[in-house]
Amino acid sequence: MSKVIFARSVAGGGGFSLPPCDVAEIEPAAEINREFLRAEAPLLPELSEVEVVRHYVELSQRAYGVDNGFYPLGSCTMKYNPKINEWAARLPGFANLHPYQAAESVQGALELLYRAEKLCCEIGGMDRFTLQPAAGAHGELTGLMIIKAYHRHRQDLARTKILVPDSAHGTNPATAHVLGFEVVEVKSNEEGLVDLQDLKACMSSEVAALMLTNPNTLGLFEKEIEEIAAVVHAGGGLLYYDGANLNGIVGVARPGDMGFDVLHFNLHKTFATPHGGGGPGSGPVGVKEFLSDFLPRPLVEKKEEGYCLDYDRPLSIGKVRSFYGNFGVIVKAYAYMMALGGPGLREACELAVLNANYLRHHLQEDYHIAFKRLCKHEFVASGQKQLAENGVSTLDIAKRLMDYGFHPPTVYFPLIVKEALMIEPVETESRERLDEFIAAMREIAREARENPDILHQAPHSTVIKRVDEVRAARQPILRWPGLGKEILKK
Amino acid sequence: MKIPADLYYSPSHEWVRVEGDQAWIGISDYAQHELGDIVFVEMPEPDDELEAGGQLGVIESVKAASTIYSPVGGTVVAINEELEDAPQLINEDPYANYIVVVAMNNPGDVDSLLSAAAYEELCQKEQGGE
Amino acid sequence: MRYSPHSPTEVEEMLFSIGMKNKAELFADIPDRLKLGRDLELGPGLTEIELGRHLKELAGKNMNLDDYPCFLGAGAYDHYIPAALDQLLLRSEFYTAYTPYQPEISQGILQAIFEYQTIICALTGMDVANASLYDGASALAEACQMACEGSRRRKVILPATLHPEYLEVVKSYAVSGKMEIIMAPEREGIIDKEATLALLKQDSACLVIQQPNFFGCIEEIAAWEKAVHAAKALLIMVVNPISLGLLKSPGEWGADIVVGEGQPLGNPLSFGGPYLGFMACSKKYMRKMPGRLVGQSVDSNGETCYVLTLQAREQHIRREQASSNICSNEALNALAASIYLSLVGRQGLVDIAVRCHQLAVYARRQMESCGLSLKYPQAFFNEFAVKVDDPARINRLLLEQGIIGGYELPGALLLAFTEKRTRAEIDRLAVLIGGE
Repeated sequence: MSKVIFARSVAGGGGFSLPPCDVAEIEPAAEINREFLRAEAPLLPELSEVEVVRHYVELSQRAYGVDNGFYPLGSCTMKYNPKINEWAARLPGFANLHPYQAAESVQGALELLYRAEKLCCEIGGMDRFTLQPAAGAHGELTGLMIIKAYHRHRQDLARTKILVPDSAHGTNPATAHVLGFEVVEVKSNEEGLVDLQDLKACMSSEVAALMLTNPNTLGLFEKEIEEIAAVVHAGGGLLYYDGANLNGIVGVARPGDMGFDVLHFNLHKTFATPHGGGGPGSGPVGVKEFLSDFLPRPLVEKKEEGYCLDYDRPLSIGKVRSFYGNFGVIVKAYAYMMALGGPGLREACELAVLNANYLRHHLQEDYHIAFKRLCKHEFVASGQKQLAENGVSTLDIAKRLMDYGFHPPTVYFPLIVKEALMIEPVETESRERLDEFIAAMREIAREARENPDILHQAPHSTVIKRVDEVRAARQPILRWPGLGKEILKK
Repeated sequence: MKIPADLYYSPSHEWVRVEGDQAWIGISDYAQHELGDIVFVEMPEPDDELEAGGQLGVIESVKAASTIYSPVGGTVVAINEELEDAPQLINEDPYANYIVVVAMNNPGDVDSLLSAAAYEELCQKEQGGE
Repeated sequence: MRYSPHSPTEVEEMLFSIGMKNKAELFADIPDRLKLGRDLELGPGLTEIELGRHLKELAGKNMNLDDYPCFLGAGAYDHYIPAALDQLLLRSEFYTAYTPYQPEISQGILQAIFEYQTIICALTGMDVANASLYDGASALAEACQMACEGSRRRKVILPATLHPEYLEVVKSYAVSGKMEIIMAPEREGIIDKEATLALLKQDSACLVIQQPNFFGCIEEIAAWEKAVHAAKALLIMVVNPISLGLLKSPGEWGADIVVGEGQPLGNPLSFGGPYLGFMACSKKYMRKMPGRLVGQSVDSNGETCYVLTLQAREQHIRREQASSNICSNEALNALAASIYLSLVGRQGLVDIAVRCHQLAVYARRQMESCGLSLKYPQAFFNEFAVKVDDPARINRLLLEQGIIGGYELPGALLLAFTEKRTRAEIDRLAVLIGGE
């Protein structure tokens, strides 16, 4: 058990200092009325540098990243994060730029954004991109704002509904709801794909758009995508592409060529920028020309005088965050795109798909596979067999995998498969790593038959055992209970 | 699975006990069992207007959030404040621990609800279908 | 560059083991007419040396703040980042990890977030903080949405002294139809008292106050808190976290929700992002707060541990009932903020805040002695607007002299002073501006 950093504090123990003050050391109360000043310093830790460093080093040793091992989280695309990208983002010429510096003093940054936009257009088959959204869900929000603005501009105020497949990621219906749309679910057929009949039944003049990911959350390519697009467009709606699963087709096919009108990319998935324990990501949004007027402002334009930020966009939806986007993340994705190039990105996709089908094939004997056919970069297995025959759940399997040194796959998603195990191996995993994973999964299947208790009690080798999540939710303790009595008293 | 005979039930697993023109509303044993450990109950506020079949609140477990639908229309006169600190009371006894009391604006609403027998049939069908 | 480890032989063997002859068969499920059929035009791919050269060339075309003193603030500030911070951040268990959904192998990350939540509570004086949002502006938009839901009203009062980009973001989010924006006017650099009191009615969801405001001025708060709560509305404060080393915390003022930009806490300026939206609120609104929350619990052996909790608020469970759609946040930037505040520590933050203020006060004196005057008569923390006839021309002149100037306001330059600025730099700035 690691002490919370506050518990290591020693009054007066801090080590930070500023250079001597060479201007008048006036008392703040001389300039600012006392009622605006703190009476006491904020209750921050007081530690020497060595103690801070040791604390965080200790914490890091209780974490697991891609650099530690296999991380087959479906729909998260946990691919290797190239280190040169970290170096690039930290170049002072990128890291130490104020967003409001005069354009002539940041031509290199603007050029990078401009080039990155062009690369995204080529990858997605779209006409323009905004790099402003800070994450995939943020990109969805931006995309739906654009769709809403488009319909409004056409004077069509009846478009109050958004269609999402029943296999959709939670951010899709959540985004629609946040923007005031009504969500209508479209059923999947027995092949796991969008049910075209149900789509036709759901489509109407009240539908603003259909949100899809392709390949879908089952890892299956929506082969009827052109028919789907036709149905939606014929009804006057737009087609939105959730780029979370782009790694299954990148370089081989493009959403823009399939009929999508607006899409987002997840730079922290397909384009190898690090996940950071939950962020920062970046969710650029691409559109076909007819929607470009609605993009958030500013956009980067190239003029004779050089690169500049264009705010003169009267139909723009405005801004979805301050400044221009997660520039430091975009630098990394740009470097990745340039490092791989066209052929490299296609090869990455091919190997991602190969790895997924390899795993799917070699696991099918021991595990129920939801759809026993060619998948793209991920597939959905389940613990249904183990539950029925041995009373062992997907949760048990996931926890036991940790004892074998693996991060578990995504569990209990998508909702349309019971006891789902969504597995995405990514292209940066070697055959050897995959074989180790297969071996571990086979062992676990055997344990399920011969010794299910070891699975029910798993994990055994981690620093903690299973957590009482009910207690955490019923009696939430969301900050260190020892933090200053005077704050707790309210 | 407990299904007290003297209550009305909705297809979405709420129960109603009528006392005069007031309806006491909670969720059934089937519902609490499906939800698992309840961690939070989002309730309306006194004086809120509810519609028959409309959303009354939300029940959260660790891994799910389930909408509670009001079986009858009317005005909220009381909410069960004990559930704020101890939502698990619903798991312990879903019939003794009501969620809201509603002054009905149309007592006829209960006529479209299910009897205990009809509700038991519905539950058996739902369980069988799994 | 190639990051996949497969050798050609391995690829062949793997294909063979699954009954395929070549890689093309892996895409048999995509109709031919949808296949691109060519390589993407991204260039041929670069080796690491070539990539390095290319990126250095682009970076070299920028004037970076290592070489030029910067007086730009306006929502993003040039503060010192202690050397130990980046080394800790670069520990790959932190930065190559995913969201800690499996608590048994993510205790380090979960504890780090728990400590971050605690540290934000300590700084702001509030009960609960979340694990971060994208940036200050979008955090404000989420806070306004929270206030509308919490009060069950729609009118959001935003002051004209708010950062213009924050205003624009809240307006964009208001397209949902769930918020109506009312502007409160400015007078002499702060919120116009009479006009705004008149706006606070029984249908107001919240009043937003930025402290210090966009012009650097310190706003009155006590009167607002009374009036807002009398109208049963929420008080939302947008704060500069460094200023909280000196200024009274929002919790002490009685704010209901606090948001702000966490970039000054150990995050580089990075041309505008990634930044850090922090959010904290009183216990009453805990379950209405968007974003991830880490809670303390015990494991089956009774050991204290940490876990993502109250997830039933979030998009992956509530789906179309969710009040926010946020999934990824700014975890690594939040970690940087925690490490920063731990390294500078309790006294360090106070010293930094006081120094920023003292340098700003000195700058004002120097400017006044050069014949310049401030646009607003209000007290300030570390930023103020100085009156100039042609702000754009002054900035161009400053740039020629190797100084990154201020933010251009009508008839004024908004200048910020951080602990990185020196007396000599300020003297030079005053002389150059005053000389025009």
